[in-house]
Amino acid sequence: MNTRRNLLLGAGAAALGLLTWRAAPPRSAATATGDGDALLPNTTVLAHDGRAYRFYDDLVRDKVVAINMMYVQCSGVCPAMTANLRRVQQMLGQRLGRDVYMYSITLRPEQDRPQSLAAYAGLYRIEPDSGWLFLTGEPAELLRLRRQIGFFDPDPLVDGDTASHTGAVRIGNDRFRRWTMAPALAEPGQIVATLNHVDDRMLHTAHRAAT
Amino acid sequence: MKEKTTTNGMHDGIARGAGEHPESPARRRFLGAGGAALAAPLILGASHSAAKNGSDDSSGSSGSDPSPPTTPWVQYLPDAIVPLPHVSTLTPDCTETANVAGGECGRNPHQRYAEMTNSVAHENYELRAVERPDWVFHPAYPPQPLWCYEDAHHPDSTSAAPVVFARYGHSVMCRFHNALPQDHVGFGTPEISVHLHNLHTPSESDGFPGDYFSPLKAGPTLTEPGRFKDHFYPNVYAGYDEQRRGLGDPAFAARDANGNIIGDWREALGTLFYHDHTLDFTAPNVYRGLAGFYLLYDHLDSGDENDPNPAALRLPSHPYDYPLNFADRRFDKNGRLVFDQLSPEGTLGDKIIVNGKIEPVLRVAARKYRFRLLNSGPSRNYEFYLVTARDKVESFTLIANDGNLLPAPLTGQTKARLGVAVRADIVVDFSKYPIGTELYLVNRLRQDDTRKPDKLVTPGTRVLKFVVNRGATDTSRVPAKLRPVRLPSAAELKNARVRRWEFDRKGGLWVVNDQLVDVHTPRAIITEGGYEIWELVNNSGGWLHPIHIHFEEGIIVGKTAGSKSAPLEAHEQGRKDVYVLEPGMSLRVFLRFRDFVGKYVMHCHNVIHEDHAMMVRWDIVKA
Repeated sequence: MNTRRNLLLGAGAAALGLLTWRAAPPRSAATATGDGDALLPNTTVLAHDGRAYRFYDDLVRDKVVAINMMYVQCSGVCPAMTANLRRVQQMLGQRLGRDVYMYSITLRPEQDRPQSLAAYAGLYRIEPDSGWLFLTGEPAELLRLRRQIGFFDPDPLVDGDTASHTGAVRIGNDRFRRWTMAPALAEPGQIVATLNHVDDRMLHTAHRAAT
Repeated sequence: MKEKTTTNGMHDGIARGAGEHPESPARRRFLGAGGAALAAPLILGASHSAAKNGSDDSSGSSGSDPSPPTTPWVQYLPDAIVPLPHVSTLTPDCTETANVAGGECGRNPHQRYAEMTNSVAHENYELRAVERPDWVFHPAYPPQPLWCYEDAHHPDSTSAAPVVFARYGHSVMCRFHNALPQDHVGFGTPEISVHLHNLHTPSESDGFPGDYFSPLKAGPTLTEPGRFKDHFYPNVYAGYDEQRRGLGDPAFAARDANGNIIGDWREALGTLFYHDHTLDFTAPNVYRGLAGFYLLYDHLDSGDENDPNPAALRLPSHPYDYPLNFADRRFDKNGRLVFDQLSPEGTLGDKIIVNGKIEPVLRVAARKYRFRLLNSGPSRNYEFYLVTARDKVESFTLIANDGNLLPAPLTGQTKARLGVAVRADIVVDFSKYPIGTELYLVNRLRQDDTRKPDKLVTPGTRVLKFVVNRGATDTSRVPAKLRPVRLPSAAELKNARVRRWEFDRKGGLWVVNDQLVDVHTPRAIITEGGYEIWELVNNSGGWLHPIHIHFEEGIIVGKTAGSKSAPLEAHEQGRKDVYVLEPGMSLRVFLRFRDFVGKYVMHCHNVIHEDHAMMVRWDIVKA
């Protein structure tokens, strides 16, 4: 299954609506306020808890984080991804919200405002204040943020189509400026193992016994 | 741009970059009308110039900003490499099971340890992965951190990587210490898993990606963290069991100094390299410098051009046997190494480092040399030519591909194409040039992004300068026959199971047969002693993938480009371990699975892709 080929062949009617290539703004210098060496910008985001945050300073700085993309109306991979990440949340237990933080950013900020994100979180039984936030914001700002995080396809045809969006989770430990990724549909134990890899508090990365 | 040379042979100062412009016509064509090219991504934050790792992720430059200019040909590679000395004992002693109490990480026990440790011919090596704070890539750039493997006993700070000289029939135990800074900040992670590409190695010593370790961390397939890990390299040929059971062709039964059979000597490799293979961080760790050479000799490729054994090839030998590691790197406006951790496309370097140096000079004697060319990536492809100062193309002889001697040398070669992790051994005869002649190794393959190369350009980018500065005697030869290849029989080709592996892109990640990497789940389980044909299919769109299979060399038995069957190039007809799949190409590779059991991997060696899930685990199990 090749995303670009499917788009060109017209697989997925929703995809065609976004076929018009639009000039993508180049990824620009980090804009974290006052902290020149931050890798991620201080975009203002609105969370499903109704509060506004500065993305870098409030949500990422010095934390171990897992960031993915979704949107409420997605009938493709998002339900499976969100369900999978819910299993990750269960495996993390108390660590989520204390040592590790999860953020899901919408690809459709025009439609997904905080209330609809709150309803979406409720659907998946994600408790408030769990350490997992669903985020929206101003569309152009969120597009810039998404690119900075590295969620883009070099092919503008594929990149412009939200229905064919990334299946990656950006995982990192900001205190050590150490970043990698895990597939959002990987076994949840594997996603936890990648979090354990970057989390300096974890001695063992394995979520299950070595083979 | 014309260069003037001064009387001492030094370039007189026209600085130039790599000759490639990021905003190329090819890039614009790809992105379509409208002009505003999507800038190649590079993460930006202010440079950490005050911090130790000031080389990270600099500010103010987009990813496509060229590295600052450097004056070429101002650094010299050593006239001779110095092989890593071995040590008589390791302290604590090596043990079959991991010595966790003594500081070793929790690895699996060494299989066939007693059987394959040669009591009279065994060498121990001890290496430390360290951060050297002051490596000089080029005098125009500040001294800066380099992660490298270093001799634990007599570290050589002039060398970016030790070269191991090993020999078939001599078992080796290599102890790797992880002495990287555990509080490291920036790209790269301070765990290590060392893979020796592509030795016929027992699984627990193969550098499986999940076997990464540090004093503070154990990877998912290890049981405990540790300060060191012992790798057992028996240096036996593949076909060990078959020959010992009397089932192989006796003409090719290799024996060690004790007369014990150690495999089929057609299965020898010569040029190998060891590098980091830590899961999810292979690209930044190798980019930081963790790579070195391991050269294997035997009775045929004996490493002695005066070998009295009539069967010996007497190819040019040390110091005229010289490994060259080519790698692409990018530097910020302050001359510090940069790497984009967040881009799924990685970083394409515009400066080519040769054994860690930008645009160095190698002074050579007027005689034959064997150069072992390696492309250690991360993503660039090369097509190297040897040219005179006037860009006239000179010829050389190709003798090995991916570390495997060809059955016969290919003379009159004018180019060597290297995908990531591909090796090519070439013999260059400098005796026909007068003393003072200058020649260049030039890359003529243009590449503007990490996806795949573009077209050939002339005159290309000069990456290495040779100066013939002395005479020398030369008793070396390049015989008409090198090493025979064991080809699959007609019956084997007919009976082999064909296993298809489709490499594709899905949701911004890479999949193999529509599945994501999982270090706990083998995607193929093969009985020891079996053979198969692996069909490697690249339908991923516009990407080129150099696919690497660990543990065994393979023979390409079919190639399809688009829907048409295509012939193999001469240099692809022997044994290989990196299979470069151009867009739309598939290759059928005959493989045997012998002598050891356990977990191994196959993956794309564009290490950016490897770190984005383009890998599978496969296992060999006992019959």
